[in-house]
Amino acid sequence: MLIHPEEILETIHMIKAENFDIRTVTMGINLRDCCHSDIDVLNENIYNKITGYAKELVRTTEEVQNLYGIPITNKRIAVTPIAIVAESCDTEDYVSIAKTLDRAADDVGIDFIGGFSALVHKGMTPGDLKLINSIPQALANTKKVCSSVNVATTKAGINMDAVAMMGHIVKKTAEATKDADGIGCAKLVIFANAPEDNPFMAGAFHGIGEPDCVINVGVSGPGVVNSTVRELKDPDLGEISEAIKKTAFKITRMGEMVGREVSRRLNVDFGVLDLSLAPTPEIGDSVAAILEAMGLETCGTHGTTAALALLNDAVKKGGSMASSYVGGLSGAFIPVSEDAGMIRAVELGALSLEKLEAMTSVCSVGLDMIAIPGDTSAATISAIIADEMAIGMINKKTTAVRLIPAPGKKVGDSVEFGGLLGRAPVMKVSEFSSEEFIARGGRIPAPIQALTN
Amino acid sequence: MTSTRFIITVIGIDKIGIVASITKVMADYNVNIVDISQTIMEDLFTMIMLAGVDSENFDLAAFQKAMVGKGEKLGVEVRVQHEDAFRFMHRI
Repeated sequence: MLIHPEEILETIHMIKAENFDIRTVTMGINLRDCCHSDIDVLNENIYNKITGYAKELVRTTEEVQNLYGIPITNKRIAVTPIAIVAESCDTEDYVSIAKTLDRAADDVGIDFIGGFSALVHKGMTPGDLKLINSIPQALANTKKVCSSVNVATTKAGINMDAVAMMGHIVKKTAEATKDADGIGCAKLVIFANAPEDNPFMAGAFHGIGEPDCVINVGVSGPGVVNSTVRELKDPDLGEISEAIKKTAFKITRMGEMVGREVSRRLNVDFGVLDLSLAPTPEIGDSVAAILEAMGLETCGTHGTTAALALLNDAVKKGGSMASSYVGGLSGAFIPVSEDAGMIRAVELGALSLEKLEAMTSVCSVGLDMIAIPGDTSAATISAIIADEMAIGMINKKTTAVRLIPAPGKKVGDSVEFGGLLGRAPVMKVSEFSSEEFIARGGRIPAPIQALTN
Repeated sequence: MTSTRFIITVIGIDKIGIVASITKVMADYNVNIVDISQTIMEDLFTMIMLAGVDSENFDLAAFQKAMVGKGEKLGVEVRVQHEDAFRFMHRI
């Protein structure tokens, strides 16, 4: 037999016992040709374009899943940032476009659609402003639509006016979805250096340098890496890194194979493979558990940042050899609510917002899926965003913030979102004010790292 | 797709008639056994087959359904996966 029985059983064990899956096949669709001054025509164009390209996406993805016996958890769509598509439209409010995206997503049967987005890292156009002001109602009136706003880049600096505004938008979004613990905020990401081809939600959008239609794939597999590390007998850290690299290679190869087959069958370009380690609330399918397997009593204690740096680097080294085109975010994710080990660490008092911030400087992506008290001020939320954007800007990497100021909740409470979004314990924020700093507005200039020409 | 060969794995508690019942379904769907190995691993009956399909009109979904259904009756887990799933992961 060409393939050794032990190898066959290893692959089957990954799927059966270690929660290995292809997290998402995400189709990127350009909507720039949908522009129209009449909002009704624009909405119709958008609906037709999406349902035209994506009508076979779910069926084809399921066929490929069955052919290889590898679960593909989500099918998603990313579209051109709506602020660009709607700019020439004669309307004050873009909520109807979000509803159109939601309806198209429902009709083609996908799980999420991303791209209710604006790129405002240096300044805002009237269309950007309308989009941002539409976010709270757009997310409150849709189920599958995800929104993102890029407020900083290494090349442009940080748009602090946008940062100040997003503090209020996050609060309003929580308020608009307060009956569901502020779940709207779980679908809103604020970015520095947002990638144009990221297949993961809530931050996926179809960038302006992309083709008309493209398939991007995101793999997952913290459970597999966790088991690999735990099976090693008294390893040193170099051996742990080596084992993670090999595992990352294997799981990435599966993503590459699935992505190529889906794009071949749909006759759509294969874009990138995103080799992120995305946890799920399932026990063991946890990035925190991997860090603990390296010898930390709990995630969040001293040494966590170093362990995460090792993990993130090893995943990239292994994964980058396995795929022809790596892109997107490609690193370990540390969303608190989606990772049982992170939740436990917060509840033990071992993992704080400050430690999470440090961890984001060595991994993708940022302060992700973190619940904070509902009465946190907009200025404090903006200041948390500004800190995270600074880490991204200076380190020339993507960072993001996805905070949920849970309405009516305080430290010690928790919010339940269910499914892949999980459960978030409400975390403490600083009691001291950042009001005056945020109120100054303006732009933090591009750092010296930007001057590479 | 670079080949129409499938890896079929059957894992479960050993009992009389597993091989006979499973291969009967394969014969019904014109699926040829290219290679076969069978062992007891960690007290579990483990059979791995490399199987080939010639027909253009082969209905994979129906075959998978029949195989999984037969496995459920026997109390074993049956998977039918395209060979590439393993080649891609373990061979460069």
